[in-house]
Amino acid sequence: MSFSAGLAVAYPELILAVGALALLVWGAFAPKTSALVGWASVLVLLGAAVAAAVQPFGSGFAGGLVFDAGAAFAKVAIYLASAVCVPLGQRWFARRGVTNFEFPILILIAALGMGMMASSGDLISLYVGVELHSLALYVLAAMYRDDARASEAGLKYFVLGALSSGLLLYGASLIYGFAGSVVFSDIAVAVKGGAHVGVLFGLIFLICGLAFKVSAAPFHMWTPDVYEGAPTPVVAFFAAAPKLAAMVLFARALGQGFAGAAPQWQEVLVALGLISVAVGAFAGLAQKNLKRLWAYSSIANVGYALLGLASGDAQGVQAMLVFMVLYMIDVTGFFACLAALSRQGRAMETIDDMAGLIKEQPGLALAMTAFSLSALGLPPFSGFWAKVYVFKAAIHAGLGPAAVAGLVGSVVAAFYYLRLVKVIWFDAAPGATDRPAPEARIIAVALALFTFPVVMGALYWIDPLAATAARAFGLA
Amino acid sequence: MTGILSLTTFAPILGVVAILILRLFGRSEDPKTMGAAKWIALVTTLATFALSVLMLTRFDPNVAGFQFVEDAPWFAGLHYRMGVDGISVLFVLLTTFLMPLCIVASWKAIGVRVLEYMIAFLMLETLMIGVFTALDIILFYVFFEFGLIPMFLIIGIWGGQRRVYAAFKFFLYTLLGSVLMLAAILAMIQIAGTSSIPALMVYKFDPGLQTWLWLAFFASFAVKMPMWPVHTWLPDAHVEAPTAGSVILAGVLLKMGGYGFLRFSLPMFPQASQLFTPLIFALSVIAVIYTSLVAFRQVDIKKLIAYSSVAHMGLVTMGIFSGNLQGEQGAIYQMLSHGVISGALFLCVGVIYDRMHTREIAFYGGLVNRMPIYAAVFMLFTMGNVGLPGTSGFVGEILSMTGTYGASTWTAILAATGVILSAVYMLTVYRRVVFGEIVNQKLAAITDLDWREVVIFAPLMVATLVMGVAPSLVFNVTQASVDHLTAAYRAAIGG
Repeated sequence: MSFSAGLAVAYPELILAVGALALLVWGAFAPKTSALVGWASVLVLLGAAVAAAVQPFGSGFAGGLVFDAGAAFAKVAIYLASAVCVPLGQRWFARRGVTNFEFPILILIAALGMGMMASSGDLISLYVGVELHSLALYVLAAMYRDDARASEAGLKYFVLGALSSGLLLYGASLIYGFAGSVVFSDIAVAVKGGAHVGVLFGLIFLICGLAFKVSAAPFHMWTPDVYEGAPTPVVAFFAAAPKLAAMVLFARALGQGFAGAAPQWQEVLVALGLISVAVGAFAGLAQKNLKRLWAYSSIANVGYALLGLASGDAQGVQAMLVFMVLYMIDVTGFFACLAALSRQGRAMETIDDMAGLIKEQPGLALAMTAFSLSALGLPPFSGFWAKVYVFKAAIHAGLGPAAVAGLVGSVVAAFYYLRLVKVIWFDAAPGATDRPAPEARIIAVALALFTFPVVMGALYWIDPLAATAARAFGLA
Repeated sequence: MTGILSLTTFAPILGVVAILILRLFGRSEDPKTMGAAKWIALVTTLATFALSVLMLTRFDPNVAGFQFVEDAPWFAGLHYRMGVDGISVLFVLLTTFLMPLCIVASWKAIGVRVLEYMIAFLMLETLMIGVFTALDIILFYVFFEFGLIPMFLIIGIWGGQRRVYAAFKFFLYTLLGSVLMLAAILAMIQIAGTSSIPALMVYKFDPGLQTWLWLAFFASFAVKMPMWPVHTWLPDAHVEAPTAGSVILAGVLLKMGGYGFLRFSLPMFPQASQLFTPLIFALSVIAVIYTSLVAFRQVDIKKLIAYSSVAHMGLVTMGIFSGNLQGEQGAIYQMLSHGVISGALFLCVGVIYDRMHTREIAFYGGLVNRMPIYAAVFMLFTMGNVGLPGTSGFVGEILSMTGTYGASTWTAILAATGVILSAVYMLTVYRRVVFGEIVNQKLAAITDLDWREVVIFAPLMVATLVMGVAPSLVFNVTQASVDHLTAAYRAAIGG
């Protein structure tokens, strides 16, 4: 396969890479126009999303880059989620006197890496994609460098992230050594009818490395600290799109490379999923800081997505895709609420800070209630439909007991979501809140309207798209 | 008449939209805005009631199946499917009948955040009607679960001292039961390949599997009902909820449990239902006797009525699982009658609570001297709750007990003691509150019912008496559906 044929399936990557580099030059020569750089990068992301939606399917670079329905679905979602975070974060930083033009560019680079993760057809592009997006995220976490907590978060993220990359690489080299190839389709041939123990060993390392990236327990330790320390809009970004990218990568590696070892990795994923649900539900009970709370909430939710993936069939992958897309909207919206709110110039980050919010900011309070109830999984909010997909797939695959355990975990977690709702609705406000940041408020309210009622119509389209996408991952 | 079901179900949402528009143009704590919100809520609920009456007049009682069916495909194989049969149509009517009364009862009692209150009630009405009209099992679950939110807010915002505790207890108890039901629902959809309730009602699930599914549904409905020993959320929720919240809780929300048993457990899992009938009978008998005794020892009137509700629901579960015609009819009748009577009793408590701000029985005494009309009204509903012939309570009790007698003699005999016990606690509380001389000087200036309260009680009294003397009005509607249900159940268990 020729080089130019490879480029034909890489239009989104080309748009992003060229866009990011061009904007970097622009920003370096005209540093005062950072707002324009931001809007330009939104355009670049939208352009990449359009390219991903219309580009013909195929693969290039000796199977390293695969573009199929699954990649298209994931890329459109990733680029759109990234585009939402650009105005959210840039205005937030600008109000705090940080006018670096690098913020949108780092998002572009992260999006490029995430797109590669969704498209990776071999272990090399897998690793490159993971590292590209991770490095951008480390910098983003520490971007607000005058803040000691943000710097700490960035460093923690980096050190633990490096460790997980090590695991990933070690696993990849084992797989290469025992299977004789780095391309997923060749690995699939090697593990057909039972995988060599060396390959399995490598696979476990690979799963551990990826579990770190999606913050599944017991590889979740970094999540609460990083969420708490990093700037809120940055958390809105890396709590959403990177998780989807890593889950899609999970599905692709396991489905296209290791379908022959399905019984083995299914067990691992069920264990990871249930541990995540339990850790997310129980550890969340003790949290007072909302960002930490939602870190645990995200651990639990990733657990549900892993349960969907553990089903090991197309229905399970579809469930995972729908779940992650709906969850991304939820979590981005929630952190947009947090980014919008402050009281006398101080960010509102603890549960008690939200007291009486319904009186002060009814729109944001309703939005926050919707996101919480959605994360709880209460009908008719989007989180409920997401859980329906996942548990239906799990039951279909004979994981009934795991599904029941997951559902019971959601009841435990219900307590902390309800406590937030209680504080917002029942308690008296300690003082007036500041005028909310307009862009964050618009984003929050729009996303809240998606969780209910828009989702009930939107699923009409998301459902078949996700079904088509799911079939691309090689799991029947 | 296609579309009338959706219209009835979602009519209250129009009221919500109207109030939201009102909020955009006025300050929410402005008395004028609050007054307008109350009127919007009242008009909306009355219109919904009118719609449901219209629906009942067009309802064909000779058809056993579902009527006014609407069906539109949704996503992932689900459907937006609505319809009513002879059983559910009356529960819709009960809901729409109680709702305007709740709005009027809250007219003066609710002084803060009136707009939110009215929105919560209107939302709740849509969700409650939806539970009875949904014919897709996921749609049913959505209505069933979403109803927790408005009720959580109603208890938590406008409730009494320990409202937060009560709201959490109510929510988490119900949620735990419901997620197990959700797991069962998803399994059923997976196995039967459809989410349509009518299709699931005729699908024959494997008897071994039925046991698990039945238990999962039981977890949800037993909490909702509530059955002993998972009833403990109810007294807390009732005591802390505002009066109208208690009326809805006792009048409609508890009936969802019984409705669920009739709609899901019995027709979909007949073998399992038969298997677990002794369990249901045992729990019901304990509920009837134990909670009656507990009710007798209460010092708070609302708590007493709450425990009495648990006891009366014990008769309902017994009737449902007796599996014969009298039992089913009696259970349905008992639920409708209890919806009216217990709602009215909570309103009776609300009347004196609004005046004196206490529900302690010992505080009162001799009210008949100052409040003769109130004494008469309270008397009627007390008698109804005891099950005096001539009131609606009698018909339901006698039928469900006759039905139970047909299935299990001992259960019926033990449950019959509940009738005596209910007379003991109801008449005692009535005597202590209403009769005697006024001892507590704070009561000296208490005023009798005003015209607004009379307007609330009049329809409830009419309903209690009419249902007491002309039960055929109800039976004509339910007959065909219950016949069909019982026959199918009998055929399935081979009896």
